[in-house]
Amino acid sequence: MATSHTGRAEHLITVNGEQRRVTLRPADTLLYILRDELGLTGAKPGCENGDCGACTVLVDGVPMKSCLLLAIEFATPEEPAAGAVPRHIETVESLDETEVQRQFLDHWAFQCGYCTSGFLMLAEGLRRQRPGASPGEVVDWLRSNICRCTSYAEIIQAVRGTLERERSAPPPV
Amino acid sequence: MNAVGHSVARKEAPNKVTGRARYCADITPAGTLTAALVVSRHAHARIRLEVDHARHMPGVVAVLTGQDVSLLCGEVLEDRPPLAVGKVRYWGEPVALVIAHGEAEAKRAARAVRVDYQPLPVVNTVEDAIAAGAALVHERLGQYKRAQPPVVPQAQSNIADHAKIRCGDAAEGWRNSAATVSGHFALPQVEHAAVETRCARAEILHDGRVLVQSTTQAPFEVQKLLARYFHLQQGQVIVTVPLVGGAFGGKAAVQLEILAYLASRAVNGRPVQLVNSREEDMATSPVGVGLVADVKLGASAEGLLQAAELTFWLDTGAYTDSTPRVARAMCSECTGPYRVPHIRCDAYTVYTNHTYATAFRGFGHFPLTFVIERTMDRLAEQLDMDPVELRRKNLIGPGDRTPTRMALTRSTLGDPRACLDRAAELLAGPAREQTGPHTVRARGLALFWKTSSSPPNAISGAIVTFNQDGSVNLSTGTVEMGAGTKTTSAQILAERLGLDIGQVHIHTHVNTKVDPEHWKTVASLSTFMAGRAVLEAAEDAKAQLKSVAAIVLKCAPGDLSVARGRIFLTADPNIYVAFRDVAHGYTYPGGDAIGGQIVGRGSYIMRHLTLLDEETGEGHPGPSFTVGAQGVEIDWDTRSGRYRVVRAVSVVDAGRAMNPAGARTMLQGGMCMGIGLATREGVLYGRGGQRLNDQFRTYRTMRAGEQPDEYVVELVETPQIDAPFGARPLGEHGLLAMPAAVAAAVSHAIGRPVSHLPITPESLWRLTRTAEAAR
Repeated sequence: MATSHTGRAEHLITVNGEQRRVTLRPADTLLYILRDELGLTGAKPGCENGDCGACTVLVDGVPMKSCLLLAIEFATPEEPAAGAVPRHIETVESLDETEVQRQFLDHWAFQCGYCTSGFLMLAEGLRRQRPGASPGEVVDWLRSNICRCTSYAEIIQAVRGTLERERSAPPPV
Repeated sequence: MNAVGHSVARKEAPNKVTGRARYCADITPAGTLTAALVVSRHAHARIRLEVDHARHMPGVVAVLTGQDVSLLCGEVLEDRPPLAVGKVRYWGEPVALVIAHGEAEAKRAARAVRVDYQPLPVVNTVEDAIAAGAALVHERLGQYKRAQPPVVPQAQSNIADHAKIRCGDAAEGWRNSAATVSGHFALPQVEHAAVETRCARAEILHDGRVLVQSTTQAPFEVQKLLARYFHLQQGQVIVTVPLVGGAFGGKAAVQLEILAYLASRAVNGRPVQLVNSREEDMATSPVGVGLVADVKLGASAEGLLQAAELTFWLDTGAYTDSTPRVARAMCSECTGPYRVPHIRCDAYTVYTNHTYATAFRGFGHFPLTFVIERTMDRLAEQLDMDPVELRRKNLIGPGDRTPTRMALTRSTLGDPRACLDRAAELLAGPAREQTGPHTVRARGLALFWKTSSSPPNAISGAIVTFNQDGSVNLSTGTVEMGAGTKTTSAQILAERLGLDIGQVHIHTHVNTKVDPEHWKTVASLSTFMAGRAVLEAAEDAKAQLKSVAAIVLKCAPGDLSVARGRIFLTADPNIYVAFRDVAHGYTYPGGDAIGGQIVGRGSYIMRHLTLLDEETGEGHPGPSFTVGAQGVEIDWDTRSGRYRVVRAVSVVDAGRAMNPAGARTMLQGGMCMGIGLATREGVLYGRGGQRLNDQFRTYRTMRAGEQPDEYVVELVETPQIDAPFGARPLGEHGLLAMPAAVAAAVSHAIGRPVSHLPITPESLWRLTRTAEAAR
């Protein structure tokens, strides 16, 4: 593995089910690598200190703010140790005709759309982690992100709608 | 079909839920250099820079300082150097610009630029600024070029502009007044806080063209200003704007575009991108004005308003930008939507050592509404009259004149009475009721009105072309920043051409080279101005379609109608040709052809607007008004002083709801922002003028769960007859009266008038304590 004097080196990371080879410095945030190295610009910078959540992605299914994560934490060696499972990053680009996207469209849960990727990933994480979340719990989760255009009522309705839909859906065959 | 009046989803909505919607910083060509700002850490100081070390750091291509740039810029008054020269005037002001190969290198070098400060006395409040012997923020105010009059600077002072309304005879007004009330108000500057920070990229090609991409609301203004400042032909400057991630007025100011151009020029025209950090976006780029105001109202014993005397001091911070225009907009509607025969209003644009200010959603009308509506409530109290009744009695109506002597009609004004009556009904209940041992429910209501206060010669345009399948392409110069303006234009075109909305393709991004000029995407005017241009373009295209179809169908053009992608005989729709068969010329079976490509053209220029007279304020500031009534119910905890807005109501005269769900959610979003302004938002400065809240954790906006349990939005529909389908502007209005309504409710709850923002529990505790100490 080539390492330059700035500490820049090649690593493998797993994003949206694909293994990607990236060159990164130990100080590079995951947000920076997703956007500037991998061209996944769905995750947005809004504050780069964890306040706004526009950069939210899923890490092993859990929503996290990618501006607060170092990309190198997700690097896997070329030949992983036996039994080691690479940590899996999912970005908004991996969502395809999901219930949460439909609900955001139906409820007009965005205007300018800049915070939307982050809210979608937060909601998707909630759906997976806490499918039975109470209305209060939904709001608690959504408090981590900022939207400046909508009234929040639309986003909350979209997320509650997603969970309700999930609960009433017939179990997969 | 029938696109207008339906809740049509935003054209770009599918891209916004898949991460595929592209914003400025998402589109960066390979090889783009990064610029980083060095910003001032003093509010007012002489500066000396040491940049040699930074210049020689790895990855650095160039370092620019104010010494390298001989330029003063400003929309109204040219008072602002792009990089500070000699002294800094606010904490966060750009003093140097580092251009490097990567972000890390640029930021590292920016930190290595040494700035020596020799502090000067800080003008930290409006009161400081207007005090005798105040330190001057601008020593050469008298020499600045007036780029866009009217603006009336007072040399050797901190008054950058003085706008006036003189209407009737104030002395007579006071003589006729049995009751008078006065109020003093202080409202802080506020942040636009769009989640996307501002960004600009510039590149200078060797053929002389200048390519600029930015987050601007005003691409054509960027084009004109860059051409003027740097002696370019306007056509050389090409500005593109992708989707914008929220703007709220803050992206109408031209700042980073100038810096990006300077940066590119310093590196032989290579592309350079400058993206604000959140902290820069809040402290370095402009904010919304702060306001100190004295308001005095007089009324007869029956409660009829006789006189209004208002003095506004607008805290524009270190530079004027658009504040003199904001001041005139406030003067124009200084009485609120009420009939007042005798008016005297003075609006001063005041320099301080604060972050400079620009337009903010509502263009001065949320602070204006706050001070008027709070004073109306005081007047009602003094007259012992129901505040709704007092407002009803004094409502302005058709046949009345505004403070600028603009005569009103039902079409230009709308129906404030209908809004007020319905809002009062929706908020029925006691102003204050004890709902538990320590809980009080209180209600408050306020009215707003607003016209556009736009330049009298503002223009817009639209171009319609056809595809071979008969679908159409629509080009306008409006920026899509969340308000759905492109979709509204598409609805209008679909409606007029009788096409399905899916058959109207829009240019999402604006490009000044190919899209027709639209003045600026501000003042909630896109539906009106771009809409009028689209209507004209649709008619132009239809006339051309008919003239070719008339030959094909062997009839007069007047015999033909257009709908569902066809031009048909009105008397027999079975005789027709399809758009696709004539839009690019009609080809006969033998191969010979007639007609040609059809290009629909439409334009609009404001009609009958005038600048305001410098002495009296007389003039015609906008084409129409949007009026509305808003109110809230709050639950107040008598022990902790904490309160929560539980219900928020808006009744707005929309003229016509072009897109009902779009209108409702736009207003609701504005209401949420307004509640944020009422309850928590405000720029804070330390004793030395240093900025105390330049992050989302310290400048608190609303978050999920803090919104009311219930939003009620109802629309009145009084058509504005010269607007497309009667629709009035709606984009800014959801927030306008919310802070006033919250203050009214809190005043009822605590039994004391609230005259400040934001209304935090701590501020209420101070208010109560001060009142008790005074007793």
